[in-house]
Amino acid sequence: MNWSWDHAYAVLPQLLKGLVITIEATIVASLIAYVLGLAIAILKMSKSKSMRVSLYWITEFIRRTPILVQLYVVFYVLPDFGIFLEAFTCGVIVLGVHFSTYTSEVFRAGIDNVSKGQWEAAKSLNYNPYQAWKYVILPQAIPPMIPPLANYLITMFKETPLLAFITVVELFRAADQYSNSYYTYLEPMTLVGVFFLLVSIPSAMIAMKLEKKFKPIKVAR
Amino acid sequence: MNEVLAFYPMLIDGTIVTIQLTVLGAIVALVISFIVGLSRISPYKSIRVAAIIYLEFFRGSSALVQMFFIYFVLPMWGIYFDAITAGVIACGCNVGAYGSEAVRGAVLAVDKDQHEASKALNYSNYEKYRYVIIPQAIPIMIPTFGNLLIELMKLTAVCSLITITDLTFVAQIIRVQTALTLEPFLVILVVYFIIASVLVKIVDLIAKKFSKGRNVMTAGDK
Repeated sequence: MNWSWDHAYAVLPQLLKGLVITIEATIVASLIAYVLGLAIAILKMSKSKSMRVSLYWITEFIRRTPILVQLYVVFYVLPDFGIFLEAFTCGVIVLGVHFSTYTSEVFRAGIDNVSKGQWEAAKSLNYNPYQAWKYVILPQAIPPMIPPLANYLITMFKETPLLAFITVVELFRAADQYSNSYYTYLEPMTLVGVFFLLVSIPSAMIAMKLEKKFKPIKVAR
Repeated sequence: MNEVLAFYPMLIDGTIVTIQLTVLGAIVALVISFIVGLSRISPYKSIRVAAIIYLEFFRGSSALVQMFFIYFVLPMWGIYFDAITAGVIACGCNVGAYGSEAVRGAVLAVDKDQHEASKALNYSNYEKYRYVIIPQAIPIMIPTFGNLLIELMKLTAVCSLITITDLTFVAQIIRVQTALTLEPFLVILVVYFIIASVLVKIVDLIAKKFSKGRNVMTAGDK
C-alpha cells in the first residue's frame, strides 16, 4: 500500500484537534501528579508508622498495576456508585494519581537531599518552620527536582493515548476514527507517531538542558 | 464475586498469557538493551548515530502507537505478525530503549582505572568488556532493570488492545458477559499486583546474588 498525501491532508485537522486534547490532558494530569506527589512525599515523612506503612502499600499497589486497567476501573466502576465523570476527567485523574506515586519519590529524594545541617542552621537563625521551608529548604531542594519532574511530564504525554480507550478523542483516537471510516491505517497512524516524536524529542532536549543546568538528584524509579 | 471466579479457567489462561508476554518481552528488551547500549559507546560514529536514532524513536513516541503501527500498519507493507509476536516486539523494543540507557550508564560508571588495568593486562577490546567492564557494570544495572521489568509487565496490559487475550482482555470479556464492573477489574488488579510483587522479589534476589562480595553502588546511590 502506498502513502497517500490526500489522506494525510484530510486527517490533519482532526489530528491537530486531538493533539490539543492530548496536551491539555498532559498538563492537567501533571498538575495533579505534582500536587498529589508532594502531598504523598510529605505524608510519607509523617511520624505515625501506620500512616507510612499504609501509604507505602497504597502507592506500591498503584505503581505495580497497569494504567489501562486503572482507567477501566474508574471509567466503568464509578457510575455504579452514582458518580458520573466525563471521560476526560476520569482519564486525567487516573494518569495524575498514577504518576503522583512516581513524583512523590522525586519530592522525597529532593527533600532528603538537603543536608541536615541546613535544618539546624535555620533553627539557629531562629526561623520558624514556615520560614525554614521557604527560605532555606525549598530553594535548595527544588532545582535538582526539576529535571526528573520534566521527564515525568514527557512520560505522561506518552501515556495519554491510553485515554482513547475510555472514549476521549485525543490524538490517537482521532486517527483511529479516521482509519475506521476510510480503511486506511498507514497515514493516520504514521502521523500520530510523527506528532509524538515532534513534541517529545524537543521536550526531551529541553529536559537534558535542564539536567545540565540543575544537576539532578538520582531517583530510583 | 462468585460469578467472576466461575470464570477461573479464563482468568488462569489470561494470567499465563500476561506472564508469557512479560517474559518474552523481557528477553527481547534485555538483548536490545545490550546491543543498543553498547552501540552508544562504540568508536564508530555510524553505529552510535544508529543507536541514538533507535533510542529517540522508541523513547520519543508512545508504546501504544508503536504497537498499533506494528500490528495494523506493517501488514499494509506485507509484513505480517500474529498478535502475540507484535505485542512482544512492541513491548520489547520500547522497554529495550529505556534499558539501553541503563546499560550505557552502568558501563560508563565503571572506573577509569579498570580500563587502564585491562590495558596493562594486554586485553583486547573484546576481552576488556567481556571479562572486566561488563561483569562490574551488571550489578549497577540490575535495580534499573528491575523497575523496567515492572513497567514492561504493566505495558503488556496494552496488548489486550491488539486482540491478545491477556488478563485485561479476559476482564473485559467477563465484564460484558456478567454485567459486573467492579469485581472482574478488582480480581485482575490483584493478580497484576501479585505478579509484580513476585518480580520485585526475584529481582531483589538476583541483585543480592550479583552483589555478593562486591562493594557496588546501586542506582539510587550517589
